[in-house]
Parts: sequence; structure tokens; C-alpha cells
Amino acid sequence: MYGFEAMTFNIHGGYLEAIVRGHRSGLLTAADYNNLCQCETLEDIKMHLSATEYGPYLQNEPSPLHTTTIVEKCTLKLVDEYKQMLCQATEPLSTFLEYITYGHMIDNVVLIVTGTLHERDVQELLEKCHPLGMFDSIATLAVAQNMKELYRLVLVDTPLAPYFSECITSEDLDDMNIEIMRNTLYKAYLEDFYRFCQKLGGATAEIMSDLLAFEADRRAVNITINSIGTELTRDDRRKLYSSFGLLYPYGHEELAVSEDIDQVRAVMEKYPPYQSIFSKLSYGESQLLDKAFYEEEVKRLCLAFEQQFHYGVFFAYMRLREQEIRNLMWISECVAQNQKSRVHDSVVFIF
Amino acid sequence: MGERGREGCCPPMDLMRSEPMHLVQLIIPIESAHRTISYLGDLGLIQFKDLNAEKSPFQRTYANQIKRCGEMARKLRFFREQILKAGFSPAVRSVTEADLNLDDVEVKLGDLEAELVEINANGEKLQRTYNELAEYKLVIQKAGEFFHSALSSAEAQQREFASNQSGEESLETPLLSEQEMTTDPSKQVKLGFTAGLVPREKSIAFERILFRATRGNVFLKQAVVDNPVTDPVSGEKVEKNVFAVFFSGERAKNKILKICDAFGANRYPFSEDLGKQAQMITEVSGRLSELKTTIDAGLVHRGNLLQTIGEQFERWNFLVRREKSIYHTLNMLSIDVTKKCLVAEGWSPVFATKQIQDALHRATQDCNSQVDAIFQVLHTREMPPTYFQTNKFTSAFQEIVDAYGVAKYQEANPGVYTIVTFPFLFAVMFGDWGHGICLLLGTLYFIIREKKLSSQKLGDIMEMTFGGRYVILLMSLFSIYTGFIYNEFFSVPFEFFSRSAYSCRDLSCSEATTVGLIKARDTYPFGVDPAWYGSRSELPFLNSMKMKMSILLGVAQMNLGIILSYFNSKFFGNSINTWFQFIPQMIFLNSLFGYLSVLVIIKWCTGSKADLYHVMIYMFLSPTDEIGENQLFPGQKTTQLVLLLLAFVSVPWMLLPKPFLLKLQHDRHRGQYAPLPDSEESLQSESNQDSHGHEEFEFSEIFVHQLIHTIEFVLGAVSNTASYLRLWALSLAHSELSTVFYEKVLLLAWGYNNVIIIIVGIIIFICATVGVLLVMETLSAFLHALRLHWVEFQNKFYEGDGYKFYPYSFALIDYEEE
Repeated sequence: MYGFEAMTFNIHGGYLEAIVRGHRSGLLTAADYNNLCQCETLEDIKMHLSATEYGPYLQNEPSPLHTTTIVEKCTLKLVDEYKQMLCQATEPLSTFLEYITYGHMIDNVVLIVTGTLHERDVQELLEKCHPLGMFDSIATLAVAQNMKELYRLVLVDTPLAPYFSECITSEDLDDMNIEIMRNTLYKAYLEDFYRFCQKLGGATAEIMSDLLAFEADRRAVNITINSIGTELTRDDRRKLYSSFGLLYPYGHEELAVSEDIDQVRAVMEKYPPYQSIFSKLSYGESQLLDKAFYEEEVKRLCLAFEQQFHYGVFFAYMRLREQEIRNLMWISECVAQNQKSRVHDSVVFIF
Repeated sequence: MGERGREGCCPPMDLMRSEPMHLVQLIIPIESAHRTISYLGDLGLIQFKDLNAEKSPFQRTYANQIKRCGEMARKLRFFREQILKAGFSPAVRSVTEADLNLDDVEVKLGDLEAELVEINANGEKLQRTYNELAEYKLVIQKAGEFFHSALSSAEAQQREFASNQSGEESLETPLLSEQEMTTDPSKQVKLGFTAGLVPREKSIAFERILFRATRGNVFLKQAVVDNPVTDPVSGEKVEKNVFAVFFSGERAKNKILKICDAFGANRYPFSEDLGKQAQMITEVSGRLSELKTTIDAGLVHRGNLLQTIGEQFERWNFLVRREKSIYHTLNMLSIDVTKKCLVAEGWSPVFATKQIQDALHRATQDCNSQVDAIFQVLHTREMPPTYFQTNKFTSAFQEIVDAYGVAKYQEANPGVYTIVTFPFLFAVMFGDWGHGICLLLGTLYFIIREKKLSSQKLGDIMEMTFGGRYVILLMSLFSIYTGFIYNEFFSVPFEFFSRSAYSCRDLSCSEATTVGLIKARDTYPFGVDPAWYGSRSELPFLNSMKMKMSILLGVAQMNLGIILSYFNSKFFGNSINTWFQFIPQMIFLNSLFGYLSVLVIIKWCTGSKADLYHVMIYMFLSPTDEIGENQLFPGQKTTQLVLLLLAFVSVPWMLLPKPFLLKLQHDRHRGQYAPLPDSEESLQSESNQDSHGHEEFEFSEIFVHQLIHTIEFVLGAVSNTASYLRLWALSLAHSELSTVFYEKVLLLAWGYNNVIIIIVGIIIFICATVGVLLVMETLSAFLHALRLHWVEFQNKFYEGDGYKFYPYSFALIDYEEE
């Protein structure tokens, strides 16, 4: 029903779209970031944030603040907003909203499994998990010894179960295959999400496929860069790329055989949307790539708000808030560790 | 409200125009700054301007103090939460202005918080142990039952088995003999087990995971605990199940332990031995009672602490709030280069000058400061804030005006007239003295219990009604008045002032409805003659009367609006508006609708049968025709021609001269300064002129604006007059509705002569009267009166683009925080 969303969208989605747009207008602006970057102590940051929407979440924190507290409270706000929206949502928006959290679920699973492998305390690991990606039996992950058990014991009950079909092996878990598992899961998740959005159709499909394609391409680049110099074979590497996106399929072929960062760059520069990202970097540079990607992502996410009657705004809002929390974390860390000169290294202005 | 001396004999005309304000500058020595601001806050008559708007909150001078206050406020919130949780309520505010030192309070708060946190931590620890023991006891009891029942069933089986054994061998006799089964304990697999509690909603998932993890090699037994158990970790009441898991092997044990941890299942050591179990139970019970006394003692101690905090709480809270606001204000002041004094700028009413100077002086003295604070008035072209001194009676009416827009500084305030016109227009639509009395009783209740009600929290709607109690009071009084005029009491007419002027032609009154009545007495002295009600011509008569009355009221109110625009232009010295806006507007409105009103009055006085519609319509269509039978007074035709001509002339009069004159004025200003470019003074004044005075002068814009204004007025004169007919329409609707309820419910029920039906009828009547007539009709009449004021009345003169005076005042701060 492309083009006819305007007639029916507001029946179920209108209220929540209004809510999410309201939330968006509460995002910190460049002026806020400028002020935050001038802060001398964490108290200053709290003081500044108390004038924003984070105020009620931070006001009851006793005085010696820590970066973790700030981040935790800010995340709590995001989670509260998410839960509120999820409560109000009807199908298919509620499924869409749930899809947004699967990425965090994958991260959490990997976090717990890696943590247990290195014999960390489960409770401590649970605290580090992103609250959006929590599910009931997450703590039980610690019991599993290999992929098969992981799947059979815990994940079969979670929405992640279908994504697991490709990585069930009875090998014991180690760092390498956990990382592969993460990427396989993510690939399956992105593809599934992509299919789901296509099924929704309309402006949602149009906007989400653009955003997800960017996500997939970014992951492909990251996988390539991270796997350079490891024992991951080219075929294995190719298997981790999602089967959609701008790079699919020819870019993937080339990425799979890239052996250093400059080759990756040569591949990517063939794609006009990514040219601008790479043109900012000097040759051989990969440190700033993350930031460049984040900036591009933020730009695209902001554009999602320019169109009405689609679900992409929810995805975009969640991502923007997460970016904002990352920014706050970075600023707080810099302030706490007296590294104020580095504040601007990783802060991505949203507006 | 504050009493103040005014020269002259006239009563203060505070509400006519907003208070004269001036921008003042205070230069305060830094050592007395705090006290000065605090005294000014007590006074509450100065609105500080933020002179540091470009600085972020933490870069300002007193950021640290604000942080301290914020921290203290947090502690106080913590105390309040604790006190409320413990079930005390903070003591009622003691308004003793005891000198509390902020630093002392800060130290004290810190100590108290530390103490409270420690007590809480200890209490929590004890509570946790207590809860653990309570759970343990449950486990022992419930799991003990498993073992007990298992044992008895095993015994029963064994007995059965034994009895089978003793009997003859049959086909059912197991091949393995009993000896083989029981002996050889070394080979027997030792079953391990663990027992504990698991939250009930997780119990199914728990069982499933256990099953999966051990591939079914596990035996789980669960028992429901009836009452919710306090979870030792979270301290919340949770529904739980007691479980006992039996397993074999070390690996299974590890897995099960991990799963138990993951599910938040608390495990407890447990022994199979029944004797030991009994011993454990007594032991645990003993410790439980011991802990109970300790916890109770701790609670009493904590209660005492909270009680002492509660006594002081309001004072501290008060102090901290004030201090925080003082530092916020101090942050708005700019600091002098020498860092010896602070410079404040703010608006204050002119009359408050003396009080402010007094406060400054007192502050200097109390601080033993060497230097007095300096008070000086600045001259500025900025628009000052609008400040009306209202009291509890006038404030609600002023609110009605402010809701539309805050008056421009010193512009004529419609609020004064609203006090009378608003309730009156309402009453015209709500004319029924029975309903008026009901409203009056309701609002009198609010007014009598004013003191009590204003101190407590009411609901949203109640709050609004309570806030507007004086508006409602006047509304009800006026509706009683118009009710008498309409002669309606719940739609029943009364012969209140004398007998009806009319009587029947014959005794039986048989022709009253067809032929009519004859006038027998003098005209009914006040209001509508009751004989009209129920007659055939009731509606035509009342409609004609109310319609004409609405037009008269409307024209009068619109004229008042236009006259107020004259007072505005006179006050602001704007003669262009007087000559080219006020006068043509007056002429236009009155030559059409003023004339209509005059005709109405003449018709009423003379009892003429002229058709006014006809007169008005043909005044436009064919002004030169003979009027004929519709003639109301001699020379009517000439008068109409003149009026029509005036109306036509006044339209271009309104439209054309003003923009051209403004342009001329602007050009003249230009011309004045142009020949003196080299004089420094004129340069300065010109730059001032440019920066503050007229900005861009765009002739086309002014012209279009004037065009819109003129069209709006000309069309508005017609449509606004028509709009006043809502007075008639609503009044008609009101009286018809109440007639329906009276006749179709009350009288109908009365006719049945059945007690039950009568009671039901009365109940329905009361509900309908209260729900529909007293609540909904009041609301709709209120809204229409509001519209008539905002749109029809105020658009004639009211700019409403000012901003409110918002003084720095402790009274306001205290009010807000609650």
C-alpha cells in the first residue's frame, strides 16, 4: 500500500509516532554538547544534564558520581521510553520494536558467554548487559559449554533461536568462534529484520532498507578490517557478510579478498555514498573510521524523521539515543580522566 | 494586597492600566549581596534580568553554592522518602524565622544522612538474614514433608513387597531377589540433592532448563508456599515454590548449582535425617525470634531518628529552597571587574522604589557593610513587563483576560470591564433565578470555606471551579437578576412583583389561547409579564425581545471597545490612530448598527409596527425609495441617506490616510538627521534611533496590514453584531431545555399519582437539572461569554502582546514548589 499510509497509519501508529517525535526533540543539541564539553567535573555534567530530559533520572544521585552511574541512568531513561512505547504498540509495530532489541540481545549473549569463558562472575556480567537486550533465562547462558548446549538450553526459547541454525557446532566455545557466532547471528538478524521491513512495505520498507543496508555494509567493512591478519579464511569471511546492502554481492567478493585497509578503501571508494566517508581519512588510517561511520549513520537516521507515516522513526530514535549515550559516556570519561583535549575525538553531534 | 498611599482623592485605579515600571540597576557590594537578595525576595517586587544569559549554568559565579543546595535538596528528598515510607508525616510548617546557617544545616544534613544510611544498611542486613532464615525454615518444613511422605510411601511399598514375598511365588515376583536389590551399598549410586526456593513465575522455566541441562536425569519436586515470601536479595514479597532436586554425579551438580544461581533460586543446606531436621527447625526458630527483637530495636531507633528529622524537615526544606533561589538570582547578576560588587538589573514597579531602597539599606546595616548598595533608575526603550495588582476577587477576571494575551505595557485593561460584562453576558444566556440560586449556593460554599479549601489540594476540575469562585458568584447574582427579568424559576413564571397586567375576557377563560387576553391592570413593573408564558405568542414575543436586546448589548459593548481604543491612542500619544482609526470606526459601526439600535428603541417606545429587517435591507438596496409604512420618525429617509454616505466615506478614511501618514512621518525622521552627519551627538542619537526605534519601514507591508485591518473591521462589524445573537440563541436553548425537563419529566410524573413514579420523576428531574442545566449549560454559556469578550470585544482595541511581571519572590517560590 505504498503511498496510502497517510490514510490508515494514524489509526494505530499515530499516537506513538507523535510520542517518538516528541522524544526526539528532547535529544541534546550541539549547544548542549558544547556546554558539556566545557565541564570541569562530573558534577558539572550532572548539573547541565539536570536542565535536560535526563534531569529526573539524575537528580537523586548522591554526590561522588561515576561515569557508569551517568550512563546507567541515561540508559534507564531510554529503556523506560522504549518500554512505554512497546506497551502502547500494536502489531506490527510491536514486532518491529522488538526487532530493534535483538541486536542488544546478541551482544548480551556474546558478553555473557565470553565472560564465563574467562571465568568472570555472572552477576557482574549481568550488570554490564544492555538492559534492552535482556531476556528471562539470560543468566543460564553461563551453564553452556558449547554452541549446541547454548542453543538447546537457553536460546531455543528466545527470539534469537532461528538465527542460530547456521552456527550450531559441538565445538567448545573459544574467543574466535564466539566472535564468528556473533557475526553469524548478526547477519541472520539483519537479514531477518530486512525481510520483515520489506514485508511491511511502504515508506517503512523504503527507509528501513536504506538504514539496514548501511548497517550491513558497515558491519561488512568492520568484519573485513578486524579479520585482516587472523586465521579466518576468505570463504568464512564471505559467509559473515549479510546478503543485502549496497555492497552485495560484488563488493563482498572484493572485500573478501582484501588483505589490508587500503584495499578495503579501494573497494569502498567505488561506491559513491561511501566515498565521502573514506575521503575524510588519510591512507592507512582506520582509527577514525568508526567515528566517520557513526557520523554518516547519524545523518541518515536524522533524515528518517523527514518523512511521516513509517516505523523507521522508532529505529532512528533508538539509535540516536544510543549514540547520545555513547557521546555522554565519552565526555564523562574524558572529564573524569582529565583528558579534555580528547573530548572531541569521538563525540558525534546529532543536531 | 499591599496598601499604598496615593495622592489625590480618587480611589486607586490600579486595574485600568498596568503599573508604571522602570528598569533599575542595583550595585551591591559583594559581602552584602546574599542578604540583599534575600530581603528583596521577601519583598517580591523586582524581576531580575539575566545578565549572564550566554554563560552556561556551571560557569556562573555561584555554581558551587547551587550544587551544594542541589545536594542538600537531594538529601532532603531522601529524608522525605524515608519518612513517608516509615509512615510518619513531616511536621506542619513552623514559620519561625529562626536564623539557620546554611553551613550548619549542610553539616547536619550530611551527618544525619550518613547515620540514616548506616542504620538502613544494618537494618537491611539484619532483615536479609531474617528473610533467609525464614526461607530456610520453610524449606526445612516443606522439603521435610517430601522426605517424610517419600519415606512413608517407601515403607508402604516395602511392606507390600514384604507381604508379597511372604506369599507364594507368582509370576509377578521380580526376578531379582530382594537381597540383590538392597545389599551391596558400595555399588549403590549416592543420589545428591539440593533444596531451596524459586520464584513461582520462573518455576516452570526452571524445571524445563533443569530437564534440558541434565537430559532428564534429575528428579524435581516442588511445593507451593501459600503466602508470598520476602526475597532476601530484593526485599520484595514474591510468590515462591519450595523445590528439591535430586541428581546424580558431580557434573550434574555443577550445572544444577549454576542454573539455580541463574534463576535466583536460593539454596539451603538440608539434611536427610529427620532428627536433624527437627533440631534445625528449633534452632532456626530461636534465631528468628532473636533477630526479630534486634530488628525491632533497630526500627525503633530509626523511627526516633526519622521523627527528629521530621520535626526539622520543613524548616530545612524551606531554607534550602530559599538559598537555592537566592544563588540562582545571584547568578543572574553580572560581577564587576574589580570583583567587589555585583551589578543587578531588573524591572520593578515605580511605587516600590522606596521599599526596595529600604530593603537595600537594611541589608547593608545588617551586614555591617561599609558601603551602601546603589540604586539607580535606567532609561531604556525596552518594553517593561505588565503588572496588575490584583486581589483574590479581581485576579480570576484578570486571568480570563490574560488567558487570551497579557496586556501590552500600560494599555487599557479590558479586565476592569470584564468584571461586570462577563458575568452579565453569561447571565443573559443563563437567565433563570432558580438555577442562579443553585449556583449561588454552590459558590457560597466555596467562598465560606475559602481558607480551608485554599490550603488543600483539590482535583483538577475542582481547582478550576474554586479558582473562579468569585466569577461564579457574580455570574450567579447576575443570572438571578436576569432570571427575574425573564421571569423564570426552573422555567416556571411567578407573579412576583404584582399581578399580571392581563386577564381573561370572560370568567371561564375559554378564549384565552385563541383570541387573547385583555389588559386589565398597569404594566407588569419588572421583567416579563407571567401571562406570556404558555400563551400562543410566547415564543415570537420572547424571541423578538431577546434578539433585539442582544443587538443592543452587542452594539454597546463593541462601542465600548472602540472607545477604549481611543483611550489607548490618547495615552500613547498616537493621534493618527485617533483620527484615522477611532473616528471612522465609530462612524461606521454607529451609522449602521447604532442606527439599528436606535430604531429598536424607538420601536419599543412608540409601539410601532414597522418591520426593521425591511428598513435595514432597503436602506442599502434602494436608499432613495419611499419608506412607507415602515416609517418610524419624520425625516427618516434623509437620515438614512446621510448615515449610509457616512458609512461609505468612513471605509476609505480608515484604509488610506494612515499608511501614507506613517510613511510621511518616517521620511521626516530620516530627513531630520540626514543633514547632520558629522556631528558626533547626532550620530549617536541616530544610531540609538536605528537600533531601538523604527526598524525597517516597509510601506507595502504597512499598507497590507492596514488593508487587512480595515476589511476585518468592516466585515467584523456585521459578523460581530450577528455573533451577539448567540446571547439570544443560548438563552432560548436554556429556557426551552428547562421547560422540557419541567413539563415532560416533573409534571408528567406528577400526573400519575403514583408515589414511586413521582419519586423517580423527581430524581430524574434533579439529575437533569444539575447535569444538563447547571453543569453543561453553565459551561457552554461561560464559553460563549468568553468568546464574546475575546473576539467581539477585545479585537476592537486590545493588543495583548505584553509579558507578565514575574517578580523574584519567596512567596511565589514556596507556592510553586508545592
